[in-house]
Amino acid sequence: MLIPQLSVFLENKSGRLTEVLEVLGKEALRITALSVADTSEFGILRLIVSDTEKAKSLLKDNHFTVNLSEVISVMAPDEAKYYAKILKILSDQEISIEYTYAFSCGSKSIIILRCNNNGQAIKALKDHEMELINASDLYKI
Amino acid sequence: MDRNELRKVQGERLIETVERTYFNVPYYRHRMQELGIGPESIRSVEDITRLPFTTKQDLRDNYPYGLFAVPLSEIVRIHASSGTTGKPTVVGYTRNDIATWSEVMARTLTCAGADKNDFIQIAYGYGLFTGGLGLHYGGEKIGASVIPISGGNTLRQIQLMHDFGSTVLACTPSYALYLAEAIIESGISRDEFRLRVGVFGAEPWTDNMRREIEDKLRIKAIDIYGLSEVIGPGVASECLFQEGLHINEDHFYPEIIDPETLQVLPEGSTGELVFTTITKHGLPLIRYRTRDLTRLNYGRCKCGRTFVRMDKCVGRSDDMLIIRGVNLFPSQVESILLEMGGITPHYQLIVDRINNLDSLELKVEVDEAFFLDRISQLEGLRSKIQGTLESYLGLGIKVTLVEPKALERSEGKAKRVIDKREIQVLK
Repeated sequence: MLIPQLSVFLENKSGRLTEVLEVLGKEALRITALSVADTSEFGILRLIVSDTEKAKSLLKDNHFTVNLSEVISVMAPDEAKYYAKILKILSDQEISIEYTYAFSCGSKSIIILRCNNNGQAIKALKDHEMELINASDLYKI
Repeated sequence: MDRNELRKVQGERLIETVERTYFNVPYYRHRMQELGIGPESIRSVEDITRLPFTTKQDLRDNYPYGLFAVPLSEIVRIHASSGTTGKPTVVGYTRNDIATWSEVMARTLTCAGADKNDFIQIAYGYGLFTGGLGLHYGGEKIGASVIPISGGNTLRQIQLMHDFGSTVLACTPSYALYLAEAIIESGISRDEFRLRVGVFGAEPWTDNMRREIEDKLRIKAIDIYGLSEVIGPGVASECLFQEGLHINEDHFYPEIIDPETLQVLPEGSTGELVFTTITKHGLPLIRYRTRDLTRLNYGRCKCGRTFVRMDKCVGRSDDMLIIRGVNLFPSQVESILLEMGGITPHYQLIVDRINNLDSLELKVEVDEAFFLDRISQLEGLRSKIQGTLESYLGLGIKVTLVEPKALERSEGKAKRVIDKREIQVLK
């Protein structure tokens, strides 16, 4: 349900993303999901990896600024209306979404959400019988 | 004035100043008592070396009025400049001090060849900064027509310079150069302007910059020097021979010291410039350490003036930066950053001169203590640092967040300041 996610601060400089991935690549870490949020001057790389603690210490050893946070993961059919439904459940409860990203997997899509109140969001999604994925299942995908 | 006669006058005025500070300023009385001296110890200007030094820190410690030597009812004007820990450096003038200031500024303008027929466009900032009003009173004293346009608004500066027929321009040298290029870009023929001379100061500049200003504006560019603690502009100024700045030493007694040993250096040595104000009543300062490094030349000038000349300052004995006429210590930035996150992050100030205007950029390493997972939080942090610094320093600043270890370090310590302006004129 709550999935550990690593956020890495990146300057907008060519080659920085490569460096992050090379650091993780050395230890054969698997990346389940990845997203980059960027502004004109900097970006935040968000990663869901198979071994969060290991990835975090690797990145820290290589002088990256890393933050560990938790996000919600929901599985739904990969049609837009399901994504819309999930967002509506949350907005109806006045839960705001700080960011979201998604990836598809077969005919399903995995939707990652970070809300201002994750606990409340999980409850709302469960009440509407949405399929929440826990971390160990997510890594198997 | 004959130099022997001058020394006699300086001695008399020094004795009066020491008496006034001893009896009216508890701080100075204590300092002198600690040294086992009193007014009777000072009999001539040679005895000045027995007196204690005053630093900017002493002004801060006695904020705001602790060093004033007259009842506050005698103060008719207060100016201030930005300071390190939120407290500005405060200076107060009596009516008599304003008259002195007007007099030394009148000399400054006269030295630059100005008189009652001139139109003086004052593009220094008016307000707490001493530049604008200092020039203003001097301009009126010589009977010139003063145009108090204040700083900024370049198009309006050009229009009024053209329409009003300004003959003298007073501003910072970097703004003069900026204005020069804006005039060239405006397409108005130089022949339509009557500008003849500029009096430029409040920031360090090189001889190369002077030549560039003189070529582009087709004027004589005169260097002026001053600091608010001593009086503001009017402490020293070049004459038309441009071979050093004549110090108004009948009002401000100069010494050159070794900033390490604090000993007075032999004539002709380069060291830290120290001033004792020997006619000021509101805020008399004894042996005030300017932190500016220069050299004094007692030789007679071709212009006939006998007052000692100081070279263009060649640097500072502390880490103060002067950006668009505003004083900035890296420690100011540090204390602001400290307030934001409870820790001092690594940072670097990059000063440059782009299109002839000083630019200031702050790079801050994003530490884990600052970093959460949200763009809005980082943007918020960036704009908070920028906003706080801008309102505090009165200077535009660009703030960039960088990755840890992105900033150059020497022996593990980050280099705090990179000044790309090349205005240090060390010989």
